[in-house]
Amino acid sequence: MTLTLTNIAKTFPGGTKGLLPTDLEIAKGEILSLLGPSGCGKSTLLRIIAGLETPDAGARIVFDGEDVTQQSVETRKIGMVFQSYALFPNMSVRGNIGYGLKIQGLPKADIDRRVNEVIALCRLTDYADRAITVLSGGQRQRVALARAMAPRPRVLLLDEPLSALDAALRGQLRDELRLLLRQFGITAIFVTHDQDEAMAIADRVAVMSLGEVAQIGTPEALYRNPATGFVARFVGDAMPLPGRIEGDQLHLQGGVLNLPEPADGKEVLVRAEDIRIDPTGPITARVEAVTFLGTHYRIALAGATEGPLFALHSGLSAAKPGENLRLSIAAESLLILPKGGTT
Amino acid sequence: MKSLTRSIPMVVTLLACAFLFIPIMQSVLAGLTVNYFRGLSSGLTLKWVGQVWQLYSSSIFLSIWLALACLVVTLILGVPAAYALARNPGRASRILEELISLPLAIPGLAIALALLQLYGSYHGFRTHWSFILIGHVLYTLPFMVRSTLSVLATIDLTTLEEGAASLGAGPLRRFFDIVVPNALPGILAGALTVVTLSIGEFNLTWMLHTPYLKTLPVGLADSYASMRLEVASAYTLVFFVIIVPLLMAMQWASARAQRNMQ
Amino acid sequence: MPDFGWGAVPSRPSLSDRPLPDTLVSGDVAVKQRQFLSLCLLPLVIFTLAFLAIPIARLFLASGESADGWAIYLRILQTPRYLSALMQTVVVSLAVTAAALVISTTAGLYLVRNQFPGRNVLLSTLTLPLAFPGVVVGFLIILLGGRQGLVNQILPGYWVFAYSVTGLFLGYLYFSIPRVLLTVMAAAEKIDPTLEEAAKTLGAPSWRIVTDILLPALSPALIAAGAIAFATAMGAFGTAFTLATDIDVLPMVIYTEFTLSANIAMASALSVVLGLVTWVLLLIARSLSGETIAAGG
Repeated sequence: MTLTLTNIAKTFPGGTKGLLPTDLEIAKGEILSLLGPSGCGKSTLLRIIAGLETPDAGARIVFDGEDVTQQSVETRKIGMVFQSYALFPNMSVRGNIGYGLKIQGLPKADIDRRVNEVIALCRLTDYADRAITVLSGGQRQRVALARAMAPRPRVLLLDEPLSALDAALRGQLRDELRLLLRQFGITAIFVTHDQDEAMAIADRVAVMSLGEVAQIGTPEALYRNPATGFVARFVGDAMPLPGRIEGDQLHLQGGVLNLPEPADGKEVLVRAEDIRIDPTGPITARVEAVTFLGTHYRIALAGATEGPLFALHSGLSAAKPGENLRLSIAAESLLILPKGGTT
Repeated sequence: MKSLTRSIPMVVTLLACAFLFIPIMQSVLAGLTVNYFRGLSSGLTLKWVGQVWQLYSSSIFLSIWLALACLVVTLILGVPAAYALARNPGRASRILEELISLPLAIPGLAIALALLQLYGSYHGFRTHWSFILIGHVLYTLPFMVRSTLSVLATIDLTTLEEGAASLGAGPLRRFFDIVVPNALPGILAGALTVVTLSIGEFNLTWMLHTPYLKTLPVGLADSYASMRLEVASAYTLVFFVIIVPLLMAMQWASARAQRNMQ
Repeated sequence: MPDFGWGAVPSRPSLSDRPLPDTLVSGDVAVKQRQFLSLCLLPLVIFTLAFLAIPIARLFLASGESADGWAIYLRILQTPRYLSALMQTVVVSLAVTAAALVISTTAGLYLVRNQFPGRNVLLSTLTLPLAFPGVVVGFLIILLGGRQGLVNQILPGYWVFAYSVTGLFLGYLYFSIPRVLLTVMAAAEKIDPTLEEAAKTLGAPSWRIVTDILLPALSPALIAAGAIAFATAMGAFGTAFTLATDIDVLPMVIYTEFTLSANIAMASALSVVLGLVTWVLLLIARSLSGETIAAGG
């Protein structure tokens, strides 16, 4: 199903702008992630698509050519996975998954067939008749997904589907969720504040900030060509290099960097993996702390800029705290972006 | 059709409110009008309230006295007991809690009959106000214990007490310095409940009272049976004036104790 | 039992020049604590034994002291007057319970799910009668439906219901609505609102949300509140007393047996039956709902 959103905005009672006018187009079978910090409007946008919130006047939500803006949530035929899963405690796993089909008034045989299908696909066969309360977090997550998918919704909406799980499980279920969504072949939108999750699952990511979409694109495009400083910081943890820019030179506390292009009035950022320890490098810095992270060392540096700077270093040993180092940064790995706006 | 089914809950709510509120208003008005049957046009007066004061002020004071005495007794019996129950949440504690809660399940009439049969023949006791007090304490004690216990149950008493003990506080100091201050919201809610219930208690009191010891609700029953409607209403009005602020304070304190627990 | 773990550790005066306080060094801390806890419980235990346990035991024994002996309980079942009073009490109580549950659940859900100006006024009105004793409720019913009551004044037909079963039913209902309402509202506020949203996304219309989601989630509270309403109606004395009805409900029969007929044994036996029925019922309801229930009032 193709989903077209035009001029979607939300003003909360009291005048707070929860969401600024937003346009979005999602292709059939595409998985789109709405990524952003809490309060950026991503959940509001998702709830508007679901029909759980009403957008400001002038919005248009179109499912495959059908305008559903005025339709209530019950009739929109969407599937939704809630952050808390919202599984009905008074029904078994099977009862939860079959509930949407029961509401549609399907014959029992059809319901059973479809429920068994989804149960098998979500690997819940062993738990089908258990009570919700005895399931683990990961199992609950799969039941919530199966319940949303059983009635064959037009679009699947997921609100922070992994955030209720602990960190170790989250990584494992992230891959599992991606596989399941691909297997269902459904158009899906999922909301998250975790960039790794968004990059791992989604075809395209819409980075949101302060009620609007800052940039939308494939994970790779966002990482390589962030449009704003905010996107660069949020996707890939870019660090600002505050200093004085003169044409194509950046004067930092610890030295002068050559820029690939004149950058007057702009902001320069760099990612930790692009900072190299180089005895001939132009910038001097002092090692503050060294953290061993298995595959690499994470080195906290002071003196290069006013704030702290982190560098990743792989090798058999790293510098010791207190040592002075020289750094170099390849001109093409610097991110030169418009200044200000969203931070 | 849809709007009709939507409005049913609202209509039910409003009707229930009307059912509860209209007779209260009637009673207030009847107690303040010169002649209830001629209606408000007969004029407003405080004559009936004055008459109630002359006739029944002693029963009002007795009720207040009993409620305060009941509060003192339930504090002394209930708060330390709640503490002991909180520290020993075993089977025996459950049974004891169950036992003291019996007066909430068994009708007051049955409890009163039981008390009368055992102690009714001790004349000095039977005719003393403390006999009624016993009934009130039986009825209100579970509220004090439960209210205190529910707050104590949410506190890690053992750790707090170990902390105090490591600083040298003995059991009695710990009780007054640690337990009571932490349980205070529950004790306050319990205290207001005890006073409110004691002032309104009728079922036990009617059986236990003697002609010279009439509490407020006993006086009310008496006025309903023998006085003109305006006097009965004025007396009810006096009761409302006493009980409604207490009820509101009690609800406020209970909500506060519950909030503290979260 | 509290055991601070000091019993096994000998005092270590080397820790400090000053001797440690008594409670720390003495090996009998746990014993002392146990003694103190027993002391805390003692006044309550004595009071409860003297004024509750022993009197109830005495009441039970007194019920067997008539010429009939323990066969008095059989006589209750054989005497139409007692049996019909028992049946009547049960029927009225059941009707009150059902009505209070329907009204209070409807109003309670409405008040929890809607915010509107005046909501708190409605809520206060609905909980106001919590502290009214049965006598006052009886009087209020007389004001509504007595010979000089409101209904009889504004409706032309001479309709007096205060002294009939209807009056009794309305009196008990007046008493029960606030209690059930508070229990239902407390439970309804705890229901996760996303459950309802989830049902909506699956296409459930509002009446199905009520039957499939809300009522099952409320059922422990409804059982608890229903039991309270039933037990309160079974034992209600003040209301029946004020209405002075000619309907024999069990509390009134007990009262007349005791005061007018001086039939102590029968009054005691009926009290035992009444107490046992309500207590057992509350016990069952509590095991069903897993919550603590008190009749009160």
